[in-house]
Amino acid sequence: MEIPYAVKPRPDTGLYNAKVGIWLFLASEVMLFGALFCSYILLRVNAPEGMWPHHWLNIWLGMTNTIVLIFSSVTVVLGWASLKMGQFKKYKFYQAITMICAVAFLCIKSYEYHDKFIHYQINLKDGGIVDGHLVKSETTKDVVVVEGRRIKDIKELYNPPLDHEGEIIKIPRADIKIDPATREPMMENYGPWHNTYTGIYFTLTGLHALHVIAGCIVIFFIWGPLAKVWEKDPERYINRVEVSGLFWHFVDLVWIFLFPVLYLL
Amino acid sequence: MHVDDHTIEEMRHHIRRYLIVGGALALGTILTVWASLINFGSREINIVVALVIASAKAFLVAGFFMHLISEKKMIYAVLSFTAFFFTGLFFLTLWSMAHASIIQIR
Repeated sequence: MEIPYAVKPRPDTGLYNAKVGIWLFLASEVMLFGALFCSYILLRVNAPEGMWPHHWLNIWLGMTNTIVLIFSSVTVVLGWASLKMGQFKKYKFYQAITMICAVAFLCIKSYEYHDKFIHYQINLKDGGIVDGHLVKSETTKDVVVVEGRRIKDIKELYNPPLDHEGEIIKIPRADIKIDPATREPMMENYGPWHNTYTGIYFTLTGLHALHVIAGCIVIFFIWGPLAKVWEKDPERYINRVEVSGLFWHFVDLVWIFLFPVLYLL
Repeated sequence: MHVDDHTIEEMRHHIRRYLIVGGALALGTILTVWASLINFGSREINIVVALVIASAKAFLVAGFFMHLISEKKMIYAVLSFTAFFFTGLFFLTLWSMAHASIIQIR
């Protein structure tokens, strides 16, 4: 028995099954990201005065990623329009660009993550703080070498100037403060464990990156292995492309809010 | 697959629209960054400006790329429920913050 309305729209709603399905799924996704945005608001509003970080992320990389995602959204919709006009080769071309954009987005995001994992806050015994990127090649068991800046007040750490230039700082390990609780040197990178900002940053962008990966896999599957469906049942194929496109646009839509919230404000 | 001339003409019209929307989104992104670097006097104004631009961009994506400006009633019904619960979630968040500040004052 064939499932009704898998391809043709149901007369009363005007929708085929998958379209109703994807919109219900996207509704649940709105709530998922909504809950995380609410967590962000709670963490930010309840942060002590002057202790919420600004300009910790590279604005230009974030902007490039935004443009990349917008461009991919355009190619997705152009691919769908090409299929509607019966131009399969054009569709293949546009979706190939979409996948390249997805990979480019993930590469830039990986670079940003790496940048945070080699970025350290080092508390010194004299009460000062060194903030910067670890120079692994020059760091030895006695000296830690960092390219960054020296800070006296912790609040300076949360509001760095936009155009600050780093200097090479050599710190003898004996000068690094020891945490009385753990007996470990107080030297921590900017991973998700660093503070609530990096925690919510990695959670939000990590979940978003998983969506980019999932969307890219689906688009690739329809573009490659499922391409033969176009010959047998073009309408079904167009529906699949439309549904995957809706998911992709949603991923773009989430990033449109993530970018200003995490990078600019 | 046979496609009639009317559909082709209609899709060409759509494509022009998609390209314009794409351009507007890119412009909106540049505008967001530019506005964030301006000192409006208080950070709250910067937040409002950035969120207004982001909302306008989100409208363009949802309205034109996701075709929400000409979607079927059932989709609108699903999204109305989503909007209701989403708004509720934000009000609960704001309410919890207000409640917490009252407890702190006491």
